[in-house]
Amino acid sequence: MSATSPTDTGLDLDDALPPKGTAWNNSERRKITMDGLWHNNPGLVQLLGLCPLLAVTGNLINGLGLGIATIITLTVSNIIIAFTRNWVRKEIRIPYYVLVIASIVTVIDLSMNAITPELHSVLGIFIPLIVTNCLIIGRAEAFASKNTIKRAALDGFMMGLGFTLVLIALGAIREILGSGTLFADASLMFGDIAKDWYIKPFEEYQGFLLAILPPGAFLVMGLLIAMKNVVDKKLKS
Amino acid sequence: MKKHYEAMKKAGASLAFFAFISVVLVATTNSLTKHKIEENQAKMLLKALNQIAPESSYDNDLANSKIIIEPTESGFSHATPVYLATMQGNPVTAIFEVTTLKGYSGAITLLLGINANDKSVKGLRVVKHHETPGLGDKMEIRKTDWVLGFNGKSIGNPDIEHWQVKKDGGDFDQFTGATITPRAIVNAARSTLLYAQENMDGLFMLKPEKLTKQQIKQKNKDKLKTNKKLKESE
Repeated sequence: MSATSPTDTGLDLDDALPPKGTAWNNSERRKITMDGLWHNNPGLVQLLGLCPLLAVTGNLINGLGLGIATIITLTVSNIIIAFTRNWVRKEIRIPYYVLVIASIVTVIDLSMNAITPELHSVLGIFIPLIVTNCLIIGRAEAFASKNTIKRAALDGFMMGLGFTLVLIALGAIREILGSGTLFADASLMFGDIAKDWYIKPFEEYQGFLLAILPPGAFLVMGLLIAMKNVVDKKLKS
Repeated sequence: MKKHYEAMKKAGASLAFFAFISVVLVATTNSLTKHKIEENQAKMLLKALNQIAPESSYDNDLANSKIIIEPTESGFSHATPVYLATMQGNPVTAIFEVTTLKGYSGAITLLLGINANDKSVKGLRVVKHHETPGLGDKMEIRKTDWVLGFNGKSIGNPDIEHWQVKKDGGDFDQFTGATITPRAIVNAARSTLLYAQENMDGLFMLKPEKLTKQQIKQKNKDKLKTNKKLKESE
């Protein structure tokens, strides 16, 4: 399976699934973990959820924010969909997924707003974006609807983590190129201790604006995907 | 045919069942969190207002001393809430929550505090915007201190002709690479100051309305209507 073939979407990964009845052991866990983080990374291989991915990664902290929100939603939605997988008829599964995801996102949004208003004021703008993230529905269809709760939970977490790592890499590269800083706004998320994290590696550097704008997102994303393919090729030979 | 019909009925019923569960879940969460969220929002509002008028400068219930200027009577493009800070009943600061549509991408909302005595700017903060990150967002206080340049300014200092960005022949800096955003803010501040010069004293005469929930609902409905009308006329 090459990463660039047009049929390689997250929605037809049936061949990547374990055969039914595979034991829940270490190698199985490893496989799900490595799939999420590398071999089938949602950002670099499945190319799912590009809309929020490209939109918010103007800096590292924004990327991290969307990543955390995605991990939570994806894990919870995978668990619920795996839990109910035997009761949902095939014909209605897509509207059912939409229903589940939209409800989860709303519940998380409301609870965060009530319990941690500070965190919500930072992550709040990312949460509605998650509804538009086809990664969530992609994992529901390709994995959670056919696997046990344990597997689906691990898959959701690892896919979310893989997505987060791409968001962080993309955000960091764009922030350094575009504004010449790193960890700007970290104090919004981590409080006052994070004020010292702010780095400006090159004092004189004014910033290459294109990197923060949408075209820069596409360019850096393309470079990241290319780099992954190079590494894969090296590993193979 | 009958078989298909049966299958559809079953599928529809189970989807309706799941929809019902989701609705119950969301509705329960909403009713559990609603009160707390409103409380948090009120706190956030007060915090934003206190950035302009420090807590020691007034002694009334600022967040609830709110009057709303209707767009039709004032020249504002939106219904504009004004928070009135008083000390022992004497006017201190009026904080206008101004929304301008002249930003680079959509509406910019700012809080503009105007001193009651000399109608000068007490402070200005941008609270909501969608400007380009890295370019237009330099008006955020956590990015640069550009907005502090408004402090103490009033109509007459500089003259009304100079209440513009430098590019338009005025006194206010624009940022490198972004003129539209600062222009929108300067112009909004200017028209608010002009409004305040005429109407400031009258504002403090008005008693902040203590509205019942029903009246607030009606007000919001009216607001939507006027906004719609404005949009149509645009």
